[in-house]
Amino acid sequence: MDNNYFVDSVKLSKEALAKKHELETNPAARADIMEYLPGMEKIDSDIASKVLAEVDFYDPDSYKAADVQRALDHTNRTIEDLKALLSPAADAFLEKMAVLSRLETQNHFGNTVYLFTPLYIANYCENYCVYCGFNCYNDIRRMKLDMEQIEHEMKIISESGMEEVLILTGESRSQSSVEYIGEACKLARKYFRMVGVEVYPLNVDEYKYLHECGVDYVTVFQETYDKVRFEKLHLRGHKRVWPYRFDSQERALIGGMRGVAFAALLGLSDFRKDALATALHAYFIQRKYPQAEISLSCPRLRPIINNEKINPLDVHERQLCQILCAYRLFLPFAGITVSSRESKTFRNGIVKIAATKISAGVSTGIGDHESKYTGKSADSAEGDEQFEINDSRSLEKMYEDMSEEGMQPVLNDYIYL
Amino acid sequence: MDKSDKLVIAGHEFSSRFILGSGKYSMKLIEAAVKYAGAEIITLAVRRANSKEHESILDYIPKGVTLLPNTSGARNAEEAVRIARLARELGCGDFVKIEIMRDTKYLLPDNAETVKATEILAKEGFVVMPYMYPDLNTARDLVNAGAASVMPLASPIGSNKGLSTRDFIQILIDEIDLPIIVDAGIGRPSQACEAMEMGAAAIMSNTALATAGDLPKMADAFRQAIEAGRKAYLSGLGRVLSRGGAPSDTLIGFLHD
Repeated sequence: MDNNYFVDSVKLSKEALAKKHELETNPAARADIMEYLPGMEKIDSDIASKVLAEVDFYDPDSYKAADVQRALDHTNRTIEDLKALLSPAADAFLEKMAVLSRLETQNHFGNTVYLFTPLYIANYCENYCVYCGFNCYNDIRRMKLDMEQIEHEMKIISESGMEEVLILTGESRSQSSVEYIGEACKLARKYFRMVGVEVYPLNVDEYKYLHECGVDYVTVFQETYDKVRFEKLHLRGHKRVWPYRFDSQERALIGGMRGVAFAALLGLSDFRKDALATALHAYFIQRKYPQAEISLSCPRLRPIINNEKINPLDVHERQLCQILCAYRLFLPFAGITVSSRESKTFRNGIVKIAATKISAGVSTGIGDHESKYTGKSADSAEGDEQFEINDSRSLEKMYEDMSEEGMQPVLNDYIYL
Repeated sequence: MDKSDKLVIAGHEFSSRFILGSGKYSMKLIEAAVKYAGAEIITLAVRRANSKEHESILDYIPKGVTLLPNTSGARNAEEAVRIARLARELGCGDFVKIEIMRDTKYLLPDNAETVKATEILAKEGFVVMPYMYPDLNTARDLVNAGAASVMPLASPIGSNKGLSTRDFIQILIDEIDLPIIVDAGIGRPSQACEAMEMGAAAIMSNTALATAGDLPKMADAFRQAIEAGRKAYLSGLGRVLSRGGAPSDTLIGFLHD
């Protein structure tokens, strides 16, 4: 079973359509995913080989109940324990995993839950990632905000009380240059205490530049660590270069960033292997860069414009919960973010077990905060969303709900140094 | 408790020997710490006070309580100094707890950088209370750098593991003339009591309280444990019998002239 990802827009020219079909059907027409493109910096790193050495030989079905029990009994959990906790055998222990996860989360984070919001400033993209609403062949309203529009959006978000913002773009260097992103981040520093970015992978000097613009956190999702699947899902563009993407967090830390975030998009491949790879990616980075703050996300596939049927396949809420508990038990000190892709009930529940950070007041569209926050119809154009969100609670509502759940919402815990 | 028995930090007197750490916070926690544990000093993470939040933690602190801003988030001496100065600008007073970590997993303090920051901030008139890994040489350096107390960790922050570094903390208590305040890792009242019996001047704790089922009750338990430990220390602990107890016949009874 797999999602049916391919959708042809009637607006594509004959040539574009032919190219699209060729990419979809002929592997020889696609670039080598291990081949760096001009301008991409190569760093000397052994992290990918360490991660893959574990993941390639991981057989989830080989773990038994006794392995899971042993993992639960340990106070410091090993890579073998993590593998057991991610295995099908651990499903029967989910309640126990949740109880232990809650203890670890409380010991490291108390009852706090951090709130943030994403701000998409452009949705142009040069990649063809078949599952993504922003992909270059998808017929959506494209938009890139200018600085005045960005500031307008930031004002509206900031007035809602939000203090942490995550700036996002589609992956297009030509439309959203590093300088464009940097200028947006400088503006963000005026309105927010903490600024993170989730943009296309950059070189060390570019991360250094963004850090100087006020950014301290970098999120890059590997989407899937499975190279064979990766090759079939990212058919064109710089995003196809698997190792350059994999080393992003390391380049960001060398560039001076305080923290980095990791994720696989669950539903693209074998989720147990992808979850293992994500946790180990973070684990080995933290060992190499002990000062780095690390955090994990756990996005599941969502429907997109023009393809309502995309779904996370076998990763149901129960599996997602298992993954998050396994992350928490293996990396008790790591931040865990759960986005608005998940439902209100799931997020209300998971913040008490494993998650430490959730988004609120979310839009994945471009330039639509005013209409979404105030209900006022937009004066100017808006760009379409990257995916459909599931939990649309405002900051105020989220603050209230989290307090009612017995949690302490935190809007900022950070100083730019 | 003996009213004349005060905790003195750089000339400031406190009746309570329980200090509330930062990390996890809530209105209820601060209330319980002040009302039931008797806390007169409350730590405040400057990075969290750096908020425009309507329920800022600064608003939680009752009047009459001494604020102890900490430098968590600092990865070196320079960053700690910057945070301490910011705390002063925010109106948090002159007390500062130095926390410098360059390890996000165990949050262990960097002793060398802590000594550097202590020296700079003490010269600027801060009451410097450095969080440190219990090492005698570092403690002596901190004294020379102008620290107002020394705050060794009992166990890693948030671990609730108790006095893992017991013997090394005892060395600091025996050798250092400043108040030794045991910080981090104290998970139960009995561990707090033990540290006080050893001669610690005060206990700093957060997680043990924050994660308790009944905050007021646990806060009260800590207060009692700390008072009991202090009393025992002041009264002079009885001898500990070793190897089958004291012999009834003396070994030196044959000595005559």
